[in-house]
Amino acid sequence: MMLSVRDLRVSFRTQEGLVRAIDGVSFDLREGEILGVVGESGSGKTVSLLAVMGLITDPNAIIEGSIRYRERELVGLPARELRRLRGNEIAMIFQDPMTALTPVYTIGGQIAEQIRAHKRVSKSQALERVEELLAEVNFPNPREAMSRYPHQLSGGMRQRAVIAMALSCNPALLVADEPTTALDVTVQAGILDLVRKLRATHNSAVVFITHDMGVVSELADRVMVMYAGRVVERGSRTELFSDPQHPYTRALLGSIPPLTGEKPRRLPAIPGSPPSLLRLPDGCAFGPRCPVNYEPCRTGKPVLGDGTHAAACFRVQA
Amino acid sequence: MIEQDQPILETRELSKRFSIGTRFSSQGKRTVHAVDNVSLTVRRGETVGLVGESGCGKSTLARCLVRLYDITDGQLLFEGDDITGKSLTELRPFRRRLQMVFQDPSASLNPRRRVGDLVAEPLRIHTKLSSREIAKRVAELFDLVGLLPDHVMRYPHEFSGGQRQRVGIARAIALNPDLVVLDEPVSALDVSVQAQIVNLLADLQEKLKLTYIFIAHDLSVVRQVSTRIAVMYLGSIVEEGPAEEVFATPAHPYSQALISAVPIVETTSGSVRKRIILAGDVPSPLKPPSGCRFHPRCPIAVERCRVERPELTEHRSGRKVACHFPTLQPAS
Repeated sequence: MMLSVRDLRVSFRTQEGLVRAIDGVSFDLREGEILGVVGESGSGKTVSLLAVMGLITDPNAIIEGSIRYRERELVGLPARELRRLRGNEIAMIFQDPMTALTPVYTIGGQIAEQIRAHKRVSKSQALERVEELLAEVNFPNPREAMSRYPHQLSGGMRQRAVIAMALSCNPALLVADEPTTALDVTVQAGILDLVRKLRATHNSAVVFITHDMGVVSELADRVMVMYAGRVVERGSRTELFSDPQHPYTRALLGSIPPLTGEKPRRLPAIPGSPPSLLRLPDGCAFGPRCPVNYEPCRTGKPVLGDGTHAAACFRVQA
Repeated sequence: MIEQDQPILETRELSKRFSIGTRFSSQGKRTVHAVDNVSLTVRRGETVGLVGESGCGKSTLARCLVRLYDITDGQLLFEGDDITGKSLTELRPFRRRLQMVFQDPSASLNPRRRVGDLVAEPLRIHTKLSSREIAKRVAELFDLVGLLPDHVMRYPHEFSGGQRQRVGIARAIALNPDLVVLDEPVSALDVSVQAQIVNLLADLQEKLKLTYIFIAHDLSVVRQVSTRIAVMYLGSIVEEGPAEEVFATPAHPYSQALISAVPIVETTSGSVRKRIILAGDVPSPLKPPSGCRFHPRCPIAVERCRVERPELTEHRSGRKVACHFPTLQPAS
């Protein structure tokens, strides 16, 4: 197993009390596998991956549990050692490429700097590598793009530059946090192709965070659905989409309007909105919005079972 | 009958250009062709969906339609009245019948005022109702959009995104408008909340006999709400027609690429959709390409497309395409 996360808990001390952003998340990732993490804002999908990357530096954050990457425990690892892993073996792509790039350096300069931070190469060697990388992420004219500044590129180009940077050290694990959310569908299609190609050529494992069920269904081998800081369902792509178990997964899939065929007169909507992590309901967090009325859900918190396809729901487990 | 047939809103060769820079700027004074020669007819009771990539001019067009922007060229007619050049005072009687809902409800609602007050504002400006009558109307509106009566005293930050958008909608319908322009009304909302707002908009349309112009980049949402679709590329409409037809058999190569790029949930892993990946990026509206605006990225472009710009012409009843070689057959 490449990455093994066990019972991860992340809490933040705030003025209004302790916020449990992640409440017992466990998952595994194999080499070369694409894991899709789906959830809405506040479901904890980003925080759990920031924890894996060791990027939660807030002094008010409490991180518990275990994150093992290739037999090494990452929780509690000194910052120096984490830095050596990050950018080298583990790379990350963020949602907004404009904030991930510095506006005052050229694209080529930034990527070369990243390479030289991890590999002992000369500046000209690094720049040669940058040109290769930009060609790999489908820049029509890589040499010219190297001398451009981020603001001179379009959104899709910028995101491809960020991906080129993430790929610069041939990462074994790539974490992508909503990398296509700010992009148009036509550009998104190109980026998704790129992620697939990356897995095929470098055998990198990818954790892909998104709120878009369509994207996950096209890209991921396995899927994890999160709600209010917990994993509510997990399974292979086929298991999850052809036989969704958890009422939240089912409702979410049902509420997406179809692109072909008959138009429903009304969409089957989920009532209410995602709960605030400060005031989580008793029992199952999805309980107040759940179409299933079942007594145990009001008091106990359902736990995700074992097995490849599992749902954290008393009704499903009953 | 004549009344019935008259379009509620019509644009005739409407253009909006912005000048940027001054003659002292490094590249001199330049012109952005944001909306270019758009002729669009909106009939009473229908929902026209505007789709296209970011920067295609759909939001600029929307803002021109409610006269938030001044129109550079062409005409804008509301129920046959030319309102293109009307002054702000002359526009007032039209404003109450022509409303807009914006994308981000947290940006369009004043954070320092109670939401009841925000919804009452258009009533205070446009009607002579007493404060008691206004309070009664606000309560009615809150009920209509699915908010509770005691929400009136709250501030925008005390609401979730979906509830805030309900406030934005309540404010837009406060004056019983005829036409509402919705600019990405669900894009900023959580996925599980989007369907609620889409349903609410459909209910309101039925109850209040509203006409919508609906802008969104999420194509499946647009298909769900629209009766007619206009696909925009670089400031112009490249295809127009009944929503389900355009989605089932897109005729313009750009519409085909756009629709094929939407990721959809496949429950059966066998069927793989054919995806058209467009080369390059949307060209800058500062320097639009010659001939057909789409030709540099078009998979079927020939020499003629480089030179001659195709007009938006009707090929089949209700289907208009601006392409020299439209394919009016099923695409997939």
